[in-house]
Amino acid sequence: MSVPENRTNGTPKIGVYICHCGINIANKVNIKETVDFAAKLPYVTVAKEYKFMCSDPGQELIQQDIRAGLIDRVVVASCSPLMHEATFRNATGEGGANPFMFQMANIREHVSWVTFDKDAATVKAKALIAAAVHRVSLHRPLEQTRVPVHPDVLVVGGGIAGIHASLTLANAGKKVYLVEREPTIGGHMAKFDKTFPTLDCSACILTPKMSAVRAHPNITLWTYSEVVGVEGFVGNFKVKVRRKPRYVDEDLCVGCLECIEACIFKKGKFPDEFNQGLSQRKPIYIPFPQATPLVAVIDPETCAHFKTGKCKKPCADACQPGAVKFDQTEEIKEVAVGSVILATGFKAFDAARVGRYGYGKYPNIYTSLEIERLVNAAGPTGGELKMADGRKPKSVGIVHCVGSRDNNTNAYCSRVCCMYSLKLAHLIKERTEAEVYNFYIDMRTPGKGYEEFYERLLKENVHFIRGRVAEINDWAMIDEEKGHLIIRVEDTLIGRVRRVPVDMVVLSVGLEAQPDADAVRRLFNISCSHEGWFLERHPKLAPVSTFTEGIFLAGACQGPKDIPDCVAQAGAAAAEALALIDKGSVELEPNTAFVNEEVCAGCHTCLNVCPYGAISYIKEINKARVNGALCKGCGTCVAACPSGALQQNLFTDEQIMNEIKGVMNHV
Amino acid sequence: MSKPKVAFYWCASCGGCEEAVVDLNEDILGVVQAVDIVFWPVALDFKRQDVEAMDDGSITVSFINGAIRSSEQYEMVELLRRKSKIVIAFGSCAHLGGIPGLANTFDRAAMLKEAYLESPSVTSGNTTIPQTEITVPEGKLTLPELWDTVKSLDQTIKVDYYLPGCPPPANLIKEAVTTILEGRLPEPGTILAPDIALCEDCPRRETKPDKLIIEQFKRPSQYIIDPDQCILAQGFLCLGSVTRKGCGAVCIEGNMPCTGCMGPTSRVKDFGAKAMSAIASLIDADDEEKITKIIDGMADPVGTFYRYSLPASIIHRSYQKPDGGGAHNGA
Repeated sequence: MSVPENRTNGTPKIGVYICHCGINIANKVNIKETVDFAAKLPYVTVAKEYKFMCSDPGQELIQQDIRAGLIDRVVVASCSPLMHEATFRNATGEGGANPFMFQMANIREHVSWVTFDKDAATVKAKALIAAAVHRVSLHRPLEQTRVPVHPDVLVVGGGIAGIHASLTLANAGKKVYLVEREPTIGGHMAKFDKTFPTLDCSACILTPKMSAVRAHPNITLWTYSEVVGVEGFVGNFKVKVRRKPRYVDEDLCVGCLECIEACIFKKGKFPDEFNQGLSQRKPIYIPFPQATPLVAVIDPETCAHFKTGKCKKPCADACQPGAVKFDQTEEIKEVAVGSVILATGFKAFDAARVGRYGYGKYPNIYTSLEIERLVNAAGPTGGELKMADGRKPKSVGIVHCVGSRDNNTNAYCSRVCCMYSLKLAHLIKERTEAEVYNFYIDMRTPGKGYEEFYERLLKENVHFIRGRVAEINDWAMIDEEKGHLIIRVEDTLIGRVRRVPVDMVVLSVGLEAQPDADAVRRLFNISCSHEGWFLERHPKLAPVSTFTEGIFLAGACQGPKDIPDCVAQAGAAAAEALALIDKGSVELEPNTAFVNEEVCAGCHTCLNVCPYGAISYIKEINKARVNGALCKGCGTCVAACPSGALQQNLFTDEQIMNEIKGVMNHV
Repeated sequence: MSKPKVAFYWCASCGGCEEAVVDLNEDILGVVQAVDIVFWPVALDFKRQDVEAMDDGSITVSFINGAIRSSEQYEMVELLRRKSKIVIAFGSCAHLGGIPGLANTFDRAAMLKEAYLESPSVTSGNTTIPQTEITVPEGKLTLPELWDTVKSLDQTIKVDYYLPGCPPPANLIKEAVTTILEGRLPEPGTILAPDIALCEDCPRRETKPDKLIIEQFKRPSQYIIDPDQCILAQGFLCLGSVTRKGCGAVCIEGNMPCTGCMGPTSRVKDFGAKAMSAIASLIDADDEEKITKIIDGMADPVGTFYRYSLPASIIHRSYQKPDGGGAHNGA
């Protein structure tokens, strides 16, 4: 394969169109001077300015000049290509030229928005325009290819977002693979007692959806599984899923609990993950009564058989269907999907990181997630909130913003803590009749019915103290403080430092990105913000898309959010996936690499570097070859090719060098 | 009709290129018969005045080897350019700056200081550094000026063709001479060697693994090279994949890695940058620590990747402050 021949005859005729972008560019860059400059650049036959190039009349300018034969190549100096490259390529194509005879100079994000000095901005804009003109003079016509979109969808993460996205897609008739790392789906929501502000029972509204997932003929549910490999591109991903052995056959287990009963451990002995370690489970267990799938799992780290090999395995004997299978091994499943929805959720902030709050040091200090379990009727205490010594707490302090809005930990607001703290305040008051103190910095309750819920709590005689808690300890200064936890705080409303003795403390921990978010990001080739949240394509206009086509985001993996927002986003992500599937095919960027076989020396350097497996070595002729359908145009092989036999459409060495020359000549 | 006139000249070089001409063996007799050698300081007794006396353009072709790094060398090549129809940059030094070009990692002052004052072989207490001009009782003595920066031939005068190699292989020389004497002139600027990398001609081509990776850089002085396996695959820095073929893979035949003397293909702008990019692509490590460890095993990266081409590279030389040195750099 070689470069498509240049279909334009003779010398290039370049049109340069400089956009004011209202005042976004025009206020910083001297447009008139820049137009005059552009008009004198080599091969430029038309240089114009317009208030909004992206508007219809703006695009029409380009099309008219092409139709009139004045130009055959186009440079638009405006915003980021991410914004409008497609718009102007399209306009160039509509005018009758090849859409790739176009180059964009970004004089907004790269110049006017980031440059203080007007003269400096104008110089920079000129340099970028000169670069684009130099580059486009070497552009060649290219053709886009279309590939079909595989209609199946992979959803990663079985919390409420993943569940909702899966059900939406499955109800639309699409086949979904839902992969969850834990032995059950449900995520954080399954652990909550009630939801704010309506005080719905969390499990009551979630578990029907979990059952629906299990029962849905279009959903393949793989729990206790992780995605370990992703190849391909939008519409055509190949995904590898590792199914960890649960040592219980999912198809045979009926969830009767007989095996758990029969285990040689008469009582639970190991921290129960679902109850935040507040209760003990056996090595063979079902995380919670509504776990989906309702299938036991054996933890090889604690199971006597795996530890010593000497267990008589009564669990296996007790299982009538014969589902306990100690010889189960991990399985790798390979599936083809066209799109992916990431709903990998969040991790609660580790309260021990704020040492001065005494978590792990003093008894009766709990995180909010622990309290959710403790006030839950299905939790380790049957819903009774008790202190370490068995007494009911007479006073409880709820400390907001633990790990949030703090430059020492996370600067951002975790969005849900104010509301769940109010909810917990209500539940604690209801269950214990204790005095409840909320220590808050600002009360943030935007949302339907949220402010009203706050109003309600104010009327329920819950105390609100405005100030960030400085320290929690048990150092009594007066007799009344003895035997209590003392919360030291500056009450900013009365301008005083206070010491508030309480029986129990709830630390309202914030939300953090999953610890392996970076690995997941790499796996799916998307970006993360510096806090580790997956980065959306555009914060306003593409909030569930990513910079990798075909990969969508749902729920808290993109940033802290509450249940309704997670569900809304999951629906949006499902809609994006549906749109892609129903479109049926995707157009691939023609920026693919190709080997000039005449000069390839067969050195093998490129074979190993391609992340997409697009390069093969043809032994008979001692040449490398690129499969254009697999190539994503990353350019890695082109940079590696030692003799320049590999080149890339839209990024040939000549085009790049000429672009640089354009900048250097005019700085 | 008189025979075509040919000149040979050397600048900053080792003399190997002159040897290469003699390496034509008996074929040189044919060349000598076909041409008039009008200037060849290493072999024949012609002087500068003899060249100055010739008409401009009267020499058919001048073969100039060596890099340009002194005022004298510049004057001579400038003179030969005027007198010649065709100038051929002969060998790596004239082509890309060559090994003398590695001096561009220093400046003139540092080099003179090292060579005349600080080198262990200098008589201790010496304070004399060569000057371009000195007055002695007998009169004024002059020396050519050493430049701060070493240049390739085409950075000083217009060059018509290039014969790459250290030294250029005999078969390429013969082919070039025949082509030019027969008047079959290629495109100006052509490098008179095949435009494909050496791997294609490598006798060990078949032994190259599909998954070519480097876990450790080895030096020939430390490890024995397996004579039957791809040298690069063994971890020795063989630059055959970056280098133009045409040499007959003589180094590989001698069980030594290719060091890149034939320079890059026409599609590569900067040999060293390309070589680094290519070799780095083969490093088998994902985390920074492991990568650093592997790279640290590579001795003298500039001398390895830019061994023959520093002056002709995009960076040309190490950074000099605009007011530093003050030595003039010739043309």
